[in-house]
Amino acid sequence: MTALPPAFADWFARNGWDPHPHQLALLAAREDTLLIAPTGGGKTLAGFLPSLVDLHQTGRKGLHTLYVSPLKALTADVARNLARPIEGIGLAVRVGDRTGDTPAGVRQRQRADPPEILLTTPESLALMLSWPEAPKLFAGLRRVVLDELHALAESKRGDQLMLGLARLRGLAPGLVATGLSATVEDPQALARFMGAARVIEADPGPTPDIALLPTRTPPPWSGGGGRYAVQDVLDAVAEARTTIIFLNTRAQAELFFQALWLANDRGLPIGLHHGALAREARQRVEAAMAAGTLRAVVATGSLDLGIDWGDVDLVIQVGAPRNIKRLVQRIGRANHRYNAPSRARIVAANRFEVIECVAALEAARAGELDGEPRGPGPLDVLIQHILLTACAGPFEADALYAEVRTAGPYAGLSRADFDACLDFAATGGYALRAYDRWQRLMLRDGRWQLRDPRAARNLRMNIGTIVEAEKLKVRRRGRGGAALGEVEESFAATLAPGDTFLLGGQVLRYDRIRDLVMEVTPQPGREPKIAVFSGLKFATSTELSARMLAIIADPARHRELPGDIRAWLDLQARVSALPRPGTLVCETFPRNDRWHLVIYGFAGRNAHQTLGLLVTRQMEAAGLAPLGFLATDHALLITSLNPVGDVAPLLRRPALEQGLENWFADTSLMKRSFRAVATIAGLIQRNVPGHRQSGRQATFSSDIIHDTLRRHDPDHILLRATRDEARHGFIDFERIDDMLARNPHVELHRLDRVSPLAAPLLLEMGRVRLGGAGQEMLAERMARELMASAGLDDLTHDDR
Amino acid sequence: MTTVDPSAGLALRLAGAGFVARPSGALWWPDRRTLIVSDLHLGRSGRYARRGGPLLPPWDVADTLDRLGAEIAALDPGRVVSLGDGFDDDLAAETIDGEARGKLWQLARGRDWIWIAGNHDRLAPGPDLPGRSVPDLHEGIALRHIAGEGPDISGHLHPVVRLAGRSWRCFVLGREHLILPAFGAYTGGLAVSDRAFSALIPRGQAICCSARMFTVPLPYPAAGAADT
Repeated sequence: MTALPPAFADWFARNGWDPHPHQLALLAAREDTLLIAPTGGGKTLAGFLPSLVDLHQTGRKGLHTLYVSPLKALTADVARNLARPIEGIGLAVRVGDRTGDTPAGVRQRQRADPPEILLTTPESLALMLSWPEAPKLFAGLRRVVLDELHALAESKRGDQLMLGLARLRGLAPGLVATGLSATVEDPQALARFMGAARVIEADPGPTPDIALLPTRTPPPWSGGGGRYAVQDVLDAVAEARTTIIFLNTRAQAELFFQALWLANDRGLPIGLHHGALAREARQRVEAAMAAGTLRAVVATGSLDLGIDWGDVDLVIQVGAPRNIKRLVQRIGRANHRYNAPSRARIVAANRFEVIECVAALEAARAGELDGEPRGPGPLDVLIQHILLTACAGPFEADALYAEVRTAGPYAGLSRADFDACLDFAATGGYALRAYDRWQRLMLRDGRWQLRDPRAARNLRMNIGTIVEAEKLKVRRRGRGGAALGEVEESFAATLAPGDTFLLGGQVLRYDRIRDLVMEVTPQPGREPKIAVFSGLKFATSTELSARMLAIIADPARHRELPGDIRAWLDLQARVSALPRPGTLVCETFPRNDRWHLVIYGFAGRNAHQTLGLLVTRQMEAAGLAPLGFLATDHALLITSLNPVGDVAPLLRRPALEQGLENWFADTSLMKRSFRAVATIAGLIQRNVPGHRQSGRQATFSSDIIHDTLRRHDPDHILLRATRDEARHGFIDFERIDDMLARNPHVELHRLDRVSPLAAPLLLEMGRVRLGGAGQEMLAERMARELMASAGLDDLTHDDR
Repeated sequence: MTTVDPSAGLALRLAGAGFVARPSGALWWPDRRTLIVSDLHLGRSGRYARRGGPLLPPWDVADTLDRLGAEIAALDPGRVVSLGDGFDDDLAAETIDGEARGKLWQLARGRDWIWIAGNHDRLAPGPDLPGRSVPDLHEGIALRHIAGEGPDISGHLHPVVRLAGRSWRCFVLGREHLILPAFGAYTGGLAVSDRAFSALIPRGQAICCSARMFTVPLPYPAAGAADT
């Protein structure tokens, strides 16, 4: 084992610390490693220690170590933390960061004279690799540190990062990579993701102390805010030193924070932190936490990662965690001392969530994490990588193919798929060879390059794999009206003035849209016509769903649940039926002149989504005019204009399978997925140089491109990439199959009103709107209402 | 080849004349046997490619001409008017492929074919394309690309209505103005709530291109931003 150099050993000793065994193990390692360690285990220092020691011993100058994190905020925090050993030991090491926020002047200097340690994000790394001088910049690079790799690996950002890493290995032979990760269910899979790394697992520390937070009043029937428990949360905060209170969405965090302040008689200093807040506001809260002046911070996923406050000794999760691994990782944020047990309390936001929380706690105590295996590297990300590689300079196809295959996610990439991606990048890859004169990439002297070098600017402006839905801000009507949150534009388009909807627990009346802001008036006490489920759509994992169903189905196990939940399930059993293994329980009922069908599949959100598409297709054919559906993790809710008579024929396997054959055609889900793929692959541009804001009629819909491709070139690579992603991401037909096989009996309960179990479904949003006759009928009806409310007759036959 | 129902559409009147708004987005003027379409934007995918931009699926010209062909076959117009931006730029008129060119000649045979100048295509198409070019037409009602003094029929703005979760191309009808939707395949839309519409048409209606040709009133406060 490599001993710590004396200067380093002295520094540890002066601070009264012993190096952790995993820090020393990482220092001794000569190959790529993946460190799995809980928060508070000195993970970041472990990642940098080999770099600092090497820089100390060799005195090298210039770019030595590249650090990549998923969050810009983390790079600032890491820079601060690195300053301590660098100053304490007296190292001549410069640390700089390069993110989207770095000022232009600093970037210029970095290109000419880079610091020894450069902190960056996957997107900024991709940008740097697209510069013509990238080979020179990275030639001397020795180490790469990949922080929060478990989080990056969950999205396409991870695939992009691994392609970047492969490029770096090509530019800097002998490069050593270190991945840092929180606890994951399959460390070896994550090690394969980063190439082939040796796994080092740190001591996970003592078993955490986790439980439901006792509350004075039982949770409400529906809603996601958890505000009924504000007083109980305040008591817990008062007893702890520092608390992080996690909520699942920004709107919920805002409202919970507000409720805490109203009840905060003791004047406890409490801050708020989420991604929609201005950067300055977030930084103020982070600084106050670091300085120990806050007793609690209300946060969202923005604090899932990184910033490490040593004094946090309690985590409160408000709302069901949806996934056992996420719960365990959040619990890990409470690590007052590395060797003290983490303490976490969970507040179920509504009665349904109580069951999920009980199931999640049971799994977390048993240490049974969940997770789905990762699919192969997506082709849209590869296409972007090919185009950006061309921005840096000409390349040979054979060499790039070999390099790409060294990236973990692309280890199994076939030459045919690579060639198809290259062909798309060069010619568009259409069955009809349309762009012979105007190819994007040209082959000259055996090397591929940009036909028009000016295209590089455009490509660099569109780097990245995060494709967000278009959002509208929601404001209270009136001068300087308070901002209430954000809704997806596609949701806003379904509303007519006067419609009421639920956002962050408030009932709001939609008044109008002006300048991309939706103006609303709060309507306390009114029943919302439509609900918005705002926030991240974590899927409740398969394991957790199965555990929940097991609890619900078995009245003997209802003893594990609080009394009000028992009463709720009893009521459900009386007016309808309890979902149970072996029987697929379904319900239908009318509400607001629409019909609803609920299928309690407990097959997970993805499978329910697919089932929704397949079943609504058959309903459309049967003239039931389905309008849309909502897929949650435990159930599917379908809304239609006409009632379903019998559900079993809709669930026959051959019919469903037949539907799956055609389902790729014109579903809105598929189009949503295509939009992301086409954007990442550069077919749809997010940013266009010199684009005029007023010229929105000049931009066209990705749906049109999708439809054109489907009609003329159904085997086109982008459609294939979309289907691959769908198959891996959200089709999950196997689980539908499994669900039908496990439930030979289908039971339809015809009710005259919503059932106790169905009620919470009506208050969620995330509905898939369907095309077809239902949509046109709905549009026509809404149009008639608008005409009537405007006091207009049909003007078309009237010569005014 | 697409076929369409010759009787489909919604009858409307502007300045005393009768028209039919077709579900395709074309306008039929039965008295003059004139078919009017706006904003075909032929050659858009080619223009993007020429400029080093994305290589869009190259079937937009064929799709647009196929739909236009279906309207012509159904109505047999004596005259076809392209209300401006028939081509995505002046170069597009020169560079569209031979097949599209042939199709245009075939559609124009035996008809008066008129290209009104737009802001994308200011120049007259060359002699290898059918038809004649004019800045605008005045026949009691002006036919021009960008709305001016009424009564007139224009295009340019690509109006859409956002309703029931999607956007619908639409005709916008007021007392003095009728604005046509874009007919071209790769064209986006501007929501009818935009000030560009309310400035021209304080009160009126939008007729949505669909099987039922439903209408909504203007001003229309519910519509959001343009479809993208």
